[in-house]
Amino acid sequence: MPEAATEPGLPFRILPRLTDRNRHFWTGGEAGELRFLRCQSCGYYIHPPTPVCPRCHSKELAPEAVSGRATLFTYTVNHQNWMPGPELPYIVAIVAIPEQDDLRLTTNLVEMSPEECVIGMPLEVTFEHHEDVWIPLFRPAQ
Amino acid sequence: MRVDDSLVIERRAVISGAGQSDIGRRLYRDPLELTLDACLVAIADAGLTTADIDGVATYPGPMDVPPGFSGAGVVDVQDALRLELGWWSGGIESPGQLGSVINACLAVAAGLATHVLCFRSVWEGSAQGDKGRAGVMGGGGGGYRASGFMEWTMPFAAPSAAIWIAMMAERHFHEYGTTREQMAQIALNARKNAGVNPNAIYRDPMTMEDYLNVRMISSPLCLYDCDVPCDGATAVIVSHADTVADLRKPGIQVEAVGTALRGRPSWDQFDDLTTMANRDAGAQLWTRTDLKPSDVQLAEMYDGFSFITMTWLEAMGFCGKGESGPFIEGGERIARDGVLPLNTHGGQLSAGRLHGYGFLHEACVQLWGEAGERQVPGDPEVGVAAAGGGPLAGALLLTRRR
Ligand SMILES: [Zn+2]
Repeated sequence: MPEAATEPGLPFRILPRLTDRNRHFWTGGEAGELRFLRCQSCGYYIHPPTPVCPRCHSKELAPEAVSGRATLFTYTVNHQNWMPGPELPYIVAIVAIPEQDDLRLTTNLVEMSPEECVIGMPLEVTFEHHEDVWIPLFRPAQ
Repeated sequence: MRVDDSLVIERRAVISGAGQSDIGRRLYRDPLELTLDACLVAIADAGLTTADIDGVATYPGPMDVPPGFSGAGVVDVQDALRLELGWWSGGIESPGQLGSVINACLAVAAGLATHVLCFRSVWEGSAQGDKGRAGVMGGGGGGYRASGFMEWTMPFAAPSAAIWIAMMAERHFHEYGTTREQMAQIALNARKNAGVNPNAIYRDPMTMEDYLNVRMISSPLCLYDCDVPCDGATAVIVSHADTVADLRKPGIQVEAVGTALRGRPSWDQFDDLTTMANRDAGAQLWTRTDLKPSDVQLAEMYDGFSFITMTWLEAMGFCGKGESGPFIEGGERIARDGVLPLNTHGGQLSAGRLHGYGFLHEACVQLWGEAGERQVPGDPEVGVAAAGGGPLAGALLLTRRR
């Protein structure tokens, strides 16, 4: 896959180091898909990805796309300039993925203001493309 | 279920001495020098010499990154003091910072050592210099890519525990109706106590108005909810209880410890984000003693962020689940003359981020009756020292031997 530079106007982001274990997650956005590793034996979604299913210990695991829907589990409005990044203040959130009770993701909420954050609100995934990585962010569900 | 007393071998250990180096916001001193200062004070405090020390334990061991997080490892101290060791251990994978002290208790109970020097030293104040925490955050270019746990936080501009803890606090606020005015009492109480601790870093009075008006870091955590990076070292001596006759002062009995981690070891995947691993460590501790939360006369519990202390209050059973907000409201219960004096030295929020060991030091000093102007009244005999946040948690229940 050819590497594309970060598009103009996007914030600086520290990117993940891609490995055979995590590449499906960080590149699924190229196809518009939020992907998690899923056990092909028992159906459990595994996040962060591991080589063995934590529930049934099967090694038959494969990335699968989920719907991209989520609900807001909790969040913070960050005002501190820790490092170069999105314009302050920005929202860091933990979202709950509806496909499985314990499937959660730390992410940023975008296309909304901090005042609009309500725990439980419906969200949908959107991706921000940097180099060889598509970062899954969430915005209010349309 | 109550664990049989014959298995509670941490009770064969006592804390026999404690010491600290100079402590300051930025001392620009050799971190090993600070470490050795604290160690020698603690050894002398116990009435021992370096020839008596046959064990060393520390957290987290030598680490270059983040800068200032560790001032020395076991081997640095062993060599500097020319110690002959029957047992030693250092490392970051343990039940919080005090996991190292708990390891020492088990080592003396097992007969591998008799007097274990335990230490923790930091120089985060100097390391950050005038750049604040951003000075040690790393990243920022050069093709750096995040891996490990940071892979799941750095790409979202969430490099700090302030952000992770803030999200837990927000969830607690949501589920239980907790308020900033309630959480403020952790910071206000710490500052009030720091005012009578000559070694504390920030001692000027703080009001609720000050708290509510200071700048937000990551909502709902404001600046005063975050501990103060500093330079300094703390050491304690863990001795076998059979040696108490050789000691300079009464040993402090380790009555029981808690070390459990039953949830996922993660800041965002833990099953209940309104609590932390301390839930499991706290519950476990009470299975190893006949004492009850209501017997505890002082609690020195981790406040890397003020919300963490609230989770410790719930975890240790000092109040019900979700009830830490009402418990600390107004601040009377946790004041030095309250039902549960809390962080009587000023905690890490005001006395400085000595990272876990400061709480154990303060619990010992209070139980020895050596706390001077900040001494808890009533000659307290039972105290708790607890440290760690998120997936890290270790707690000790301490009693003064008669
Ligand atoms: Zn499975």
